[in-house]
Amino acid sequence: MSAPIRVVLNGAPREFPATLTFSQLIDELALAGRRLAVERNGEIVPRSRFHEARLADGDRIEVVMAVGGG
Amino acid sequence: MNAPERIAAQDELVIAGKPYRSRLLVGTGKYRDFDETRRAVEASGAEIVTVAIRRTNIGQNAGEPSLLDALPPSRFTILPNTAGCYTAEDALRTLRLARELLDGHALVKLEVLGDPQTLFPNMPETLAAAKTLVAEGFQVMAYCSDDPILAKQLEDLGCVAVMPLASLIGSGMGILNPWNLQIILDRLSVPVLVDAGIGTASDAAIAMELGCDGVLMNTAIAKAGDPVRMASAMKLAVQAGREAFLAGRMAKKPYEAAASSPQAGLIAPAKKA
Repeated sequence: MSAPIRVVLNGAPREFPATLTFSQLIDELALAGRRLAVERNGEIVPRSRFHEARLADGDRIEVVMAVGGG
Repeated sequence: MNAPERIAAQDELVIAGKPYRSRLLVGTGKYRDFDETRRAVEASGAEIVTVAIRRTNIGQNAGEPSLLDALPPSRFTILPNTAGCYTAEDALRTLRLARELLDGHALVKLEVLGDPQTLFPNMPETLAAAKTLVAEGFQVMAYCSDDPILAKQLEDLGCVAVMPLASLIGSGMGILNPWNLQIILDRLSVPVLVDAGIGTASDAAIAMELGCDGVLMNTAIAKAGDPVRMASAMKLAVQAGREAFLAGRMAKKPYEAAASSPQAGLIAPAKKA
């Protein structure tokens, strides 16, 4: 049984009851199936590693998408 | 400048080795909705469309439409930009995310801003970011000031296109310094595209008549009264300007009129002064 973790997700503090993989995070955020990219502490988390890479306490996570822009 | 040097076999715009038929590149910001975005982009004939990279809205409805559904990467060359970045580091992070988002896609628009009032490019940061991006395998199209020396430095760093501003982003003020653009066009071998400041069709035509390889615009279309119609106007203007450039304009004769009709055979010959 793992302890709760606190991360900063897209600039806002966020707590999860236990550590989870990035796949689980994406599901948790209801973002499954969307085209997005994830950065953890300034480093890209490749989508190919979502199923194995796990969030850690204190992580700063960015989840981004493409939007209209010039 | 020597026109034939810039003519490709079928007059395609070649960026990073890839040919494009359209010399008009368009942004996707400031539209009412994705449907208007899509209709305007289609009317523009653009093959390369810019997008911004932003935080996903956490907790929003899952069925929310996405820009890349309206403009699928299978049909358009998506050009992620770094608009809103004020440092090289932010631009690098943004484009690394973009590359992951777009499955390894390398063509990017680098834009590092200097201040929020003018949105003028911060050229030292732009040059620093360009150097790192090229080293990481990105194909960099760089938004820049119209300084010929700095534009050349971007080319020397390995940028695949250099994109000087015509005037401030979103200002619609047109081409404020055609002479600087001309110097840049004369000195660079990579494609030079005017990016920012186009207001209406004649601005785009003038850019192309100067010999620019293309034009990138967003607000001039998105904030026109009828964006879809203006997109069509811009397509025609870019084509017309390009044709005029390739044709080679007549010499200007500021102090001498020259009638187009024959002088002889008038039924009432002009009196000699």
